[in-house]
Amino acid sequence: MDAERLSAGGTGAGEASVGGASGAASVTEARTAAEHAARTSYGRLVAVLAAGTGDLALAEDALAEAFTAALERWPRTGVPTNPEGWLITVARNRQRDVWKSSAVRTNVPLEGTDAAIDPLDGLDLLRIPDRRLELLFTCAHPAIDPAARTPLMLQAVLGFDAAQIAAAYAVPAPTMAQRLVRAKRRIARARIPFVIPDRRAMPERLPAVLEAVYGCAAITWRDDASSLAGEAKHLAVTLASLLEREPEAWALAALVTLSLARRRPGTYVPLEEQDTAAWDAQLIDEGETYLRRAATSGRRTPGRFELEAAIHAVHLDRRRTGITDWGAVRQLYTALVAVAPSLGSQVALAAVIGRTDDADAGLAALPPGGDRFQPWWATRADLLARAGRGAEASVAYERAIELTDDAALREYLEGRRGRVQ
Amino acid sequence: MRYTLLLHYAEELPETIGDDVIAEGMQRMASYAATLHAAGVLIAAEVLQPSDVATTVRRVDGSVQVQDGPFADTKEQLGGTIVIDVPDLDAALEWASQAPALEWGGTVEIRPGATHTVDGVWTPND
Repeated sequence: MDAERLSAGGTGAGEASVGGASGAASVTEARTAAEHAARTSYGRLVAVLAAGTGDLALAEDALAEAFTAALERWPRTGVPTNPEGWLITVARNRQRDVWKSSAVRTNVPLEGTDAAIDPLDGLDLLRIPDRRLELLFTCAHPAIDPAARTPLMLQAVLGFDAAQIAAAYAVPAPTMAQRLVRAKRRIARARIPFVIPDRRAMPERLPAVLEAVYGCAAITWRDDASSLAGEAKHLAVTLASLLEREPEAWALAALVTLSLARRRPGTYVPLEEQDTAAWDAQLIDEGETYLRRAATSGRRTPGRFELEAAIHAVHLDRRRTGITDWGAVRQLYTALVAVAPSLGSQVALAAVIGRTDDADAGLAALPPGGDRFQPWWATRADLLARAGRGAEASVAYERAIELTDDAALREYLEGRRGRVQ
Repeated sequence: MRYTLLLHYAEELPETIGDDVIAEGMQRMASYAATLHAAGVLIAAEVLQPSDVATTVRRVDGSVQVQDGPFADTKEQLGGTIVIDVPDLDAALEWASQAPALEWGGTVEIRPGATHTVDGVWTPND
């Protein structure tokens, strides 16, 4: 049984079918179908291939070979009715080949992968168990180097290659590739299991997963990765949906969605000066739905992501009211500093106090220890400018500019510095 | 899958911490071993004598050199090893986190086994 038979019964709506009387799909059509399958199902396919064996690297290699086989074969045979089923079947056969060859210690090439396809194996993606949640918990396992967790998710669940991830982290590609290889070797050799932690272990395991998914969002929002911006949202929403009732997971989905709603690559404009008409109303509605879901999940104290999402929601509410409710923002930041104290949230609170009270109060609220922290200098510069201390503001802007690696933000800060001089 | 738990902790003498504390520690180790055994995961366990009676052998310039003292002269020393056979790292972590050494301020290093002997023949893990 082979790919032709898999495609033969294709009468269902919506599938890419064999094109024209020639019985062959165009190269473009085959490529599009393979790319679509890669985008939408990559993580599902990797998760299900890796879950049984614990060998993430082999699962990815096998899937990559299946995609290559698809690009070679589908233009001739037509796109199968169920591209994902076809891919997973070919990938599984490839995995078996590797096990067999390592078992008998031979490197004899095996015959064409298509010959061994079992049509009853993974025919329907809906019947392929969804193991992405297990995969996410494996990627963010406490035994994995924290610096490798987000890159591992970007690769294993979202399908980014090491070079793309390296670019996003501004490290050389070989360095990132090695970090990923090492993490995967560790998963296989130390046998880190592909399991969802039980209720008892969940509270200590979940934060690392949320943190890593949040890291995916931060990385994919960079200007040079704008085509990937929707991917992290997809991941965050998937995580929340799979966990069903985890308030912070829904809050993270809300935060990622609301941030995406006002994301505009190019010229940097501060949130409060952004044109509300440019925001994506549909994404805002979607994000607010997730936030309500987080809030109604029966928890007393809001968590870090819920507070951050709520802060976004208050800012975005300006599209309805025309003003920013700084009192509400201040209250939320005060809670955030209490729940998850960080230099970032303390600096943000100081900036808000600069609005609700005055610039001097904001300056007094700036925490110590921000010497090498760009937002600290940018906030200080802005508060000094508002307080009419132009010379000091100029110096602070200078320091903020030095610490900025984002070109658009640097340009904005240079403009501000020009005005206080 | 076999994992070896390497128990590292500061070495204490009965003179400094008292016989009662030593006896209590031995009692805790006894019940830890009994628990591992009852769960069917214990392969082997050994508590070592203090590192001041350790002897180290090295080969230096072709000749064997015998020296008193442990391999590494650190405050915390390898005090014992426990070999367990469990399905995965999470299970090993679960058992390791119950080790009495942790209550004594010690550290447990979990190392997956690569190979072990069966009747004198090296046999891969699993």
